[in-house]
Amino acid sequence: MPVRARPLSPHLQIYRWQLGNTLSILHRLTGILLGFGFLALAYWFVALATDAHSYRAATHLFASPLGLLALLGWTFAFFYHLLNGVRHLLWDAGRGFERTERHASGWLAVVGAGALTLGVWILLWHFERL
Amino acid sequence: MSLRSPLGQVLGLGSAKSGTGHWWGQRVSALALIPLCLWFVFSLLLLPNLDYSTTRAWLQWPVSGFLAILLVAVVAYHSYLGTTVIVEDYVHAEGYKLLGLVLLRFLHVLVAGAAIFAILRIAFGT
Repeated sequence: MPVRARPLSPHLQIYRWQLGNTLSILHRLTGILLGFGFLALAYWFVALATDAHSYRAATHLFASPLGLLALLGWTFAFFYHLLNGVRHLLWDAGRGFERTERHASGWLAVVGAGALTLGVWILLWHFERL
Repeated sequence: MSLRSPLGQVLGLGSAKSGTGHWWGQRVSALALIPLCLWFVFSLLLLPNLDYSTTRAWLQWPVSGFLAILLVAVVAYHSYLGTTVIVEDYVHAEGYKLLGLVLLRFLHVLVAGAAIFAILRIAFGT
């Protein structure tokens, strides 16, 4: 029996790119990143439990250029996922659906995450943790 | 001929294969993670340094160890729920989907188990 291509509902390529879907995709993307961050966190705990030598190896890895870049990315991913997650929880509670509210809270999540990331890294810098 | 009622036979067999449990679990764990994550990040920031002995001493304090275990458990649960949806959304081949879902579950239990065991070892000083 010949297989006929079945009709599909409109998907991503048919819609205009806008703030809402960008932030939604970013939420998922940061979620995946944080999943990898969870692996790193577990490694950090295990190294801390093993001995001073393993812990030093772990901190060296995190303090390497690539490690710092990953930590910076995880910091932003964490704050964005947190703020945008609160946004989602407010929607679940039936609030903030107006167009202006959606845009304001969306921008707040992005700018807030950027500001908090900057703040944490300035603190790290200030206390010479790096 | 089954003795089960017609309703009993079809309950839970919708296309989603489950009810709102997944959705609700994601929200409740998200809510729990707000204070847990903030506690963790700002505790680390407030430590005088992140040396081996300082960090261990902090984690040996019962409240820190307890909250760290809760954090790992809830993060693992939340991450498992989230990544599961991603596999369900984008992996369409039934075999790979099943493999992905099983691997995700194993991986999350493994990583969470290792982290919690590590925290317990530090807490009990072994």
